[in-house]
Amino acid sequence: MFDLSGRTALVTGASGGIGSAIAKALSEAGAKVALSGTREGVLEEVRSGLPGEGFVVTANLSDAESVDSLVSRAEEAAGSPLDILVANAGITRDKLLMQMKPEDFDDVMNVNLGSYYRLTKSVVRGMMKRRHGRIIGITSIVGVTGNPGQANYCASKAGMIGFTKALAQEVASRGITANCIAPGFIESPMTDVLPDAQKEALLGQIPSGKLGQGSDIASAAVYLASSEASYVTGQTLHVNGGMAMI
Amino acid sequence: MSDVFERVKKIVVENLDVEADKVTESASFIDDLGADSLDLVELVMAFEEEFNIEIPDDVQENIRTVGDAVTHIKAHVS
Repeated sequence: MFDLSGRTALVTGASGGIGSAIAKALSEAGAKVALSGTREGVLEEVRSGLPGEGFVVTANLSDAESVDSLVSRAEEAAGSPLDILVANAGITRDKLLMQMKPEDFDDVMNVNLGSYYRLTKSVVRGMMKRRHGRIIGITSIVGVTGNPGQANYCASKAGMIGFTKALAQEVASRGITANCIAPGFIESPMTDVLPDAQKEALLGQIPSGKLGQGSDIASAAVYLASSEASYVTGQTLHVNGGMAMI
Repeated sequence: MSDVFERVKKIVVENLDVEADKVTESASFIDDLGADSLDLVELVMAFEEEFNIEIPDDVQENIRTVGDAVTHIKAHVS
């Protein structure tokens, strides 16, 4: 089950907690993995920790040209066409709407949603020709539930979900699936620094009583990337310990 | 240059799985040859590869018949 031998994947935001866990899990399942991000040193570290073949291709997702060339650079580095795209990179510029500047909104939409459009557009062409492809967008629970202070981020993540549904309908007949994974609260350097009281309050909202791990998201990604998930498309898989049941 | 039409015809026959004699210059991809919009995108991709040209998005929108495709390709293949 869930064997990805002979497949090639690109994971964006692969230097982060969730991205590196996804890269590792895809590699363990047998895929060749191209790792993209801005921090080359960290990416190299992730690459050296992979059990299988890995490649580092740096990209700045706020730069359109860098995004447009990313798929072809990844395919060149891996020496094979991409079967799996995991669009995981994202940024936040958290502010209450009343304090949110136009650039806070535009930057988040551009990096999180704009780059998703650019990446999927450039990867889908080859996938259509090969009659096979897996597109996985990492969105967020807050794209569905909302979260104060994150109107821009929530909009970009909700946008990814709608975009994925449209794309899934367009390319389903060509053997390509497009799905989202919506993580809840995942343990990371960001959640590590939360004060204890806030952590307690947070855990009170999660029926399973604990934060998620990067590996929880990674397992979902391996499933959606596999042949076994070929009849699953246009969906959002919520991985959140029961925090929101949609 | 009639060779362009023959090459286009071959691609259309293969991609849309239609009989060769239906592929005339005036045949509309969608109305006569049973293509949907995604088939059309794929056909254009196949033409681009066969003739080693790039067909811009705004031109793609105006390619409705086999003849349209041949005309455009002829204009760009020297």
